[in-house]
Parts: sequence; C-alpha cells; structure tokens
Amino acid sequence: MKSTEILNSLQVSLTIRRLCYQLIENHDNFSNTVLVGLQPNGVFLVNRLKKELESISGNKILTGSLDITFFRDDFRRKSKPLVPSITNINFSIENKVVVLVDDVFFTGRTVRSGLDAIMTFGRPLTVEFLALIERRFTQHLPLKADYIGQSIDTINEERVSVYWEEEHGEDKILLTTPKMK
Amino acid sequence: MKDLTVNHLLGIKKISKQDINLIFKTADSFKEIINRPIKKVPTLRDITIANLFFENSTRTKLSFELAEKRLSADVINFSSSSSSVSKGETLVDTANNILSMKVDMIIMRHPFPGAHEFLAKKTNTTIINAGDGTHEHPTQALLDSYSIREKFGEVNGKKVAIIGDIKHSRVALSNIFALQKLGAQVMVCGPTTLIPKYIHKLGVMVENNLLNALKWCDVANMLRIQLERQDIKYFPTIREYTSMFGLNMNILNQLDKEIVVLHPGPINRGVEITSEVADSNHSIILNQVENGVAIRMAVIYLLAGKINRI
Repeated sequence: MKSTEILNSLQVSLTIRRLCYQLIENHDNFSNTVLVGLQPNGVFLVNRLKKELESISGNKILTGSLDITFFRDDFRRKSKPLVPSITNINFSIENKVVVLVDDVFFTGRTVRSGLDAIMTFGRPLTVEFLALIERRFTQHLPLKADYIGQSIDTINEERVSVYWEEEHGEDKILLTTPKMK
Repeated sequence: MKDLTVNHLLGIKKISKQDINLIFKTADSFKEIINRPIKKVPTLRDITIANLFFENSTRTKLSFELAEKRLSADVINFSSSSSSVSKGETLVDTANNILSMKVDMIIMRHPFPGAHEFLAKKTNTTIINAGDGTHEHPTQALLDSYSIREKFGEVNGKKVAIIGDIKHSRVALSNIFALQKLGAQVMVCGPTTLIPKYIHKLGVMVENNLLNALKWCDVANMLRIQLERQDIKYFPTIREYTSMFGLNMNILNQLDKEIVVLHPGPINRGVEITSEVADSNHSIILNQVENGVAIRMAVIYLLAGKINRI
C-alpha cells in the first residue's frame, strides 16, 4: 500500500481561500446564502469556509450540518448498521441559496442523498455543491460540483483521505493506492 | 458501531445495555427528523410491516403506524375482532398467511404472555412486541427511559418509583428491566394485593406508602388500574384506592423537591392522577408520546437493517 500527498497544509489553506473568493463572486454578501456541510467530513470544511469567508468579507455566514444516513441508497447493503450523525440546521432554507459542502466528490451518491435530505427542511431557491477534492470520471450519477478545490484522476481501488488539523493535528490530503497483484 | 444483539424485540430482558444505548442514539436523530417541515425519510421503502393487534390499543398502534409511515415502509393493519381469528384460525396460521404476502416484519400486541416468543420460533420474520398480556411492553419502557434521559441527561443513578397496579402491568416489568440496565434504582409502590409477591427478587424496593415513595424518588411513573385484567377485587373501591395511591398536587406540595411525573397512558383522570398534576409542569406525559414515535422509528430501523441484507 502506497500513500501520496495530494495537498499539504499550506496547499489546503490556499485552496480553501480560493474557494472562498469564488463563493464571494457568486454570492455577494451572503444575505440569501447558507452553507451546509454533509456529515461527517463536510462539517470540518464548512467551518473552515465560514471562518475564512467571515474574515475576508466581514459578513456573517450562516452554516449548518446535515446528516444523510436515512436518505442513503445502501440501507441493508452494508454488514454494519448505518449510524446517523447530528443534523444542525437552525435556520429556514426556504427560498435560500444552499451550498452543500463535502470534502471528497467520488460517486455522487452522498450528494444525491444530501439533495433529498436538504429538501426535508423546505424548498431552497437553488442548491449548489462545493467539494474540496473531485475524483474525476468516478461518478455513478449525473451530478457535478459547482466549486472544486482540486480535481484528481484516480482508480476505484484508490482512497482519498482528508485529514483536518482539528481532528488529526495537521491538514493534509493523501491518496492511498493498494498493492496491485 | 455494532448491530443490535437481537433480531427481534421480544422484551427488554433479552436486550443489552449497549442495545438500549444504540436505540437511544438512533432515536435522537429521528426526534430531530420528526420536527422538520417534512418528517418522512425514504429508508424503509422496500420493507412491508404488518401491525397485528389482538388487543385494543390507541396510542401504541398509532405511534407504531406513524413511525412506520415516517420511515416510508408499506403498512398493513390487522385487528382480531374483524379477522379470521374470530373464525378459529390459529396465531401461526394467521401470521404465516400474512407473511406469504411478502411481509418483512410483524409488530404484534397479544393478550397472552410469550405469544411473541412463540411466533418468533414458529415463523421466519422479524417480530416487535407491542405488548404481551401482563408480561412486557418493551417500546414503552424504552420511551419512558428515553424521556427520563432527555429530562435529566442520563438515567444512571436516578431513583424511579413505579406506582399503581404493578401486578397486571407489562409496562412495570419492562420498565424495571430497562431502568436497571441503565443504572437507575427502582421502587414499586401500590397496595400489597397489586404487587407481585416475589418482585423484590428482581432487585426492586417495595413500598406501600405513596408519600414515602414520592419522598424517595426523582421520577414517579404512575400506572393505570387495569380493571380489564383483574379477575377478582384487589381493593375495596376506586375511591379508597385514589385516596391512598392517587397522585395530587397536595401530596406533591408536601415534598421538599420537584419530581418528574410519567404516565404511559391511557390516563384515568381523578383515579391514579389528578388533572391538575397530569397537566402541570411536573408531567412529561406528552413528551413521552412524542418520544414514542422516535423510539419506535429507531427500533424498526435497526431491526429492518438486519433483514436479509442484500
């Protein structure tokens, strides 16, 4: 098994900063926009985006976290039960622009579940999707990300792991390749 | 996270503390979901559930049905009074006929203790006990403990008095098992005639004086007198029972502390509890009802997840 660093700590910061400027270009002062992180890993990213956006723009950014467990399409297809995380959306999304946020865009099934889950809170004006890493050509569903930190080419057997300073003491993104026979 | 250790919910006695905590953790998510504008999730869209009620029920049946529908399961209902049971069909035949229609799970209330255990052995399906005679009512005990946890933050170390007709109550027995597994101390209180002779062997305290029980406890779970299950007279009159074991504001005011009052319903207002207490800030009766849906969604979800994994 071999691990390659895709982004180091500095590159993660720069990428997040670039994503923030792209968001500001499209959402002005964020008066009608909310960011929602998909549990579990999108929540770290959404917290970083909030901090950075508030520091750059001076505007208050509304953020929440969304668990998609009960909207997944693999219920009864896993050997272990799917255990939910916390959902925390303390605001109305009715007629708001919702930006769903996740760390890795792989098959698209998580985003699909996220779209269904967010609709249970109301009818947003539009929904966009932001991913820190996009794994190209691996999507199982006709979905695309509106904001992408870094696109990488991978094979299905490879794994992208995102490490956050808050949890692991350091920001970094690794690509792990299994030993080929 | 581990699976439930059981494939059926037949009673609290058969499940572990870890099972209960897994159910509670899952119920936390469902409680949040049932407070959303859209309260439905698509998880169980490929599951069909039969509700078999061989005994009357309002709250439990509605609560289970709502839980099933909010999980997007297909639901069929059955009550014994309008079925072939009245024509002499056996329980196993009734269940097998229903299962032949590709039903995945049975939720049953039955007047005979052990009916669920019997059916679980005789059929190849998932069974949830919604009450079996005077034996167990596991989802009621789970929602009672969950409501205590919600109120106090934890159940461990709390003192809970179960007051009333202990002898005929499946809620009492399931509550004793659940509360003890979660680390609470349990006392039963009522007339001697309505307390099973050997109940102390379950490790519960026994008290015949209501005021003493209330002074001891943090939580009082008031039970209804189950006249429909009483074959003989266990006390002279309802009026006398109420004067000795009915919970009213005067008694609560004699305590130097606030206690939380639970009731599994249906309430006989003016018998085991006055309206003043039932509708007061002491009471979390309506919270119990709300939590009942979340707890039942959690139980159904966790057990359905074990059905013939694809």
